[in-house]
Amino acid sequence: MIDIGKKDPDKTHYKDIWVFVEQTNGEPQQVSFELLTKARELAEKLNCKIAAVSIGKSVEHIAEEAFKYGADKFYILEDEVFSDYRTEPFRDALSRILIKYKPEIFLIGATTQGRDLSGTVATELKTGLTADTTQQEIDSETGNLMMTRPTFGGSLMATIICPDDRPQMSTVRPGVFKAIPKETPQKGEVIRETVDLKEEDIVKKILKKVVSNEGNINLSFYDVIVAGGKGMGSKENFKMLENLADLLGGTWAGSRKAVELGYVPQSRQVGQTGQTVHPKLYIACGISGAIQHLVGMQSSDIIISVNKDENAPIFDVSTYCIVEDALKFIPKLIDELKQNKKIKTQ
Amino acid sequence: MHALIFIKQVPDASQVRVNYETGTLIREGVPAILNPFEAHAVEEAVRLREKIGGKVSVLTMGPPQATDALKECLSMGADNAYLLSDRVFAGSDTLATSYALYEGARKIIELEGDVDLFFAGKQAIDGDTAQTGPGIATRFGIPLITYLIKLDEVNIDKKYAIATRLTEFGQETVKTPLPAFFTVEETLNELSYAPLPWLIKAAQTEIKRLSSENVELDRNQCGLKHSPTKVKKAFTPEKRQRGETLKGTCNDLAKQASEILLPFVK
Ligand SMILES: Cc1cc2nc3c(=O)[nH]c(=O)nc-3n(C[C@H](O)[C@H](O)[C@H](O)COP(=O)(O)OP(=O)(O)OC[C@H]3O[C@@H](n4cnc5c(N)ncnc54)[C@H](O)[C@@H]3O)c2cc1C
Ligand SMILES: Nc1ncnc2c1ncn2[C@@H]1O[C@H](COP(=O)(O)O)[C@@H](O)[C@H]1O
Repeated sequence: MIDIGKKDPDKTHYKDIWVFVEQTNGEPQQVSFELLTKARELAEKLNCKIAAVSIGKSVEHIAEEAFKYGADKFYILEDEVFSDYRTEPFRDALSRILIKYKPEIFLIGATTQGRDLSGTVATELKTGLTADTTQQEIDSETGNLMMTRPTFGGSLMATIICPDDRPQMSTVRPGVFKAIPKETPQKGEVIRETVDLKEEDIVKKILKKVVSNEGNINLSFYDVIVAGGKGMGSKENFKMLENLADLLGGTWAGSRKAVELGYVPQSRQVGQTGQTVHPKLYIACGISGAIQHLVGMQSSDIIISVNKDENAPIFDVSTYCIVEDALKFIPKLIDELKQNKKIKTQ
Repeated sequence: MHALIFIKQVPDASQVRVNYETGTLIREGVPAILNPFEAHAVEEAVRLREKIGGKVSVLTMGPPQATDALKECLSMGADNAYLLSDRVFAGSDTLATSYALYEGARKIIELEGDVDLFFAGKQAIDGDTAQTGPGIATRFGIPLITYLIKLDEVNIDKKYAIATRLTEFGQETVKTPLPAFFTVEETLNELSYAPLPWLIKAAQTEIKRLSSENVELDRNQCGLKHSPTKVKKAFTPEKRQRGETLKGTCNDLAKQASEILLPFVK
């Protein structure tokens, strides 16, 4: 069993910003690089270093990328028992590393894994954890991390601090920050950690894994998202949104009602209980604009909405409002775009 | 079988509106409801009890009004309902909340006997942190299974359960010893209507009260003062302005829109 050690209560002993690099089968999650990019900005204010930490069966190959996005050091823990994510061994191993190295700030992606892990680690470390932050800044007076997050389904924003306990922990959803590689990346240092843990010590066993092919679409990769809601009327009608998205080099998505009705897979849901996106262009078709949907897309650069109801709340956040039947309008728009495209390429 | 569900009463977030002039939430007239995820946890536990016997307890930490949510759980078939209510808990963040609920649960174990399955919602719709369940599980030192979508098998004699949960890439099925802690998705089951005798029984069941008077508490872990996170400020998000409304027939609209979209055409 892992002895996680005893936490140092003196907050002045904690320094540097750490980011958890999540991976599955050796494949890192983009959100980890988004966090490293954000960490660079915070580290500049705090004048400190950035470290990444990753746990898995084989993770060393991720070092290069971690350095590219800003890590000065990469702590790795590699072992057969970490091939698959399981809460308890990951929690104990990570808690041990954090207790040993005392980072001042620790950031984790708000993925299913990150949410599972962060809540348990924060409890082990008896420190504060702020979930799903959308803004992070350093308070220039106190040096504390100010973490802003939506509550009440996005109706209210709250800025949270963790003034007396360390590390200051926070999760961030994928797509909230952008991942930008460093202009002049430097090679960092890889540090290996070990723990004394055998498979027999782990009580939870994974019996079966089902990977759904739609499972891991990352909407935040796309500059253009064409989303549909209940107003699209059927799964077949979503084909036109897919076509429109193709023309614009983007991808398609849906509201929760569209997911519930089976028009769209859950992996493509935008909003509070789906993904947060901020593309250059978001086209909303037959979506009413419930607050839980808006929180997931209202920071898009341009929003174009198509809705039959001129009072639909989606229009209150839209750059361009089109009061029309989407099922009539979209095919016409596609025709127009195809014609324009021909002219453009001639 | 003894199941204990941590339930929370929340304002119906979909009905909360914002007053942009004052920058505050308009809570008047917003109904308080049982957090939707917990309804599915109660449903699952009650179905299990009907199948293999045992009892279902529910616990909430909150103000006295939270009894409404507890009563709802009773009418869904829960056997015991506990309200943990005390001034010392005021202003608790998730760390302090999970501490309070942990101590409350230990009291229930003392009164009602060992618990085999603990349940919480995936998240509460007011705070959305999804931390309280993992926090309580860690305090008990028992296995945590988040995002539960199916309880495949429960074996009380051999003390194990097989459960399916959502992951980033699909689903996984795990075998865990009991006691274990589950946080549940809404897709776990469909809610059913409670039969009349349960409703009558629920109306007669008294809600049991827990507080610092009958629960042993370390006051240094309770309430606002001992919560590591503090709210520095709260504000309404900046409101986007409604932009241009395009005018004309469907054809006109398509033409105008295609011009706006032209820079994006690949
Ligand atoms: C805890 C919680 C979490 C939630 N999380 C999310 C989330 O993550 N994402 C999310 O999207 N929702 C979420 N919701 C649900 C949300 O409250 C709304 O119910 C949902 O967003 C509505 O989806 P919709 O706009 O597709 O459907 P509706 O609200 O039914 O709107 C359909 C719209 O289509 C229009 N319409 C109909 N026909 C046409 C047509 N032919 N052409 C053009 N317009 C047409 C109508 O005028 C209407 O405005 C959540 C709710 C809760 C309680
Ligand atoms: N005050 C509370 N009383 C009982 N259960 C709670 C309380 N707060 C949170 N929970 C449980 O923890 C889950 C997650 O809540 P949260 O961490 O606030 O998102 C909820 O769905 C409830 O099951």
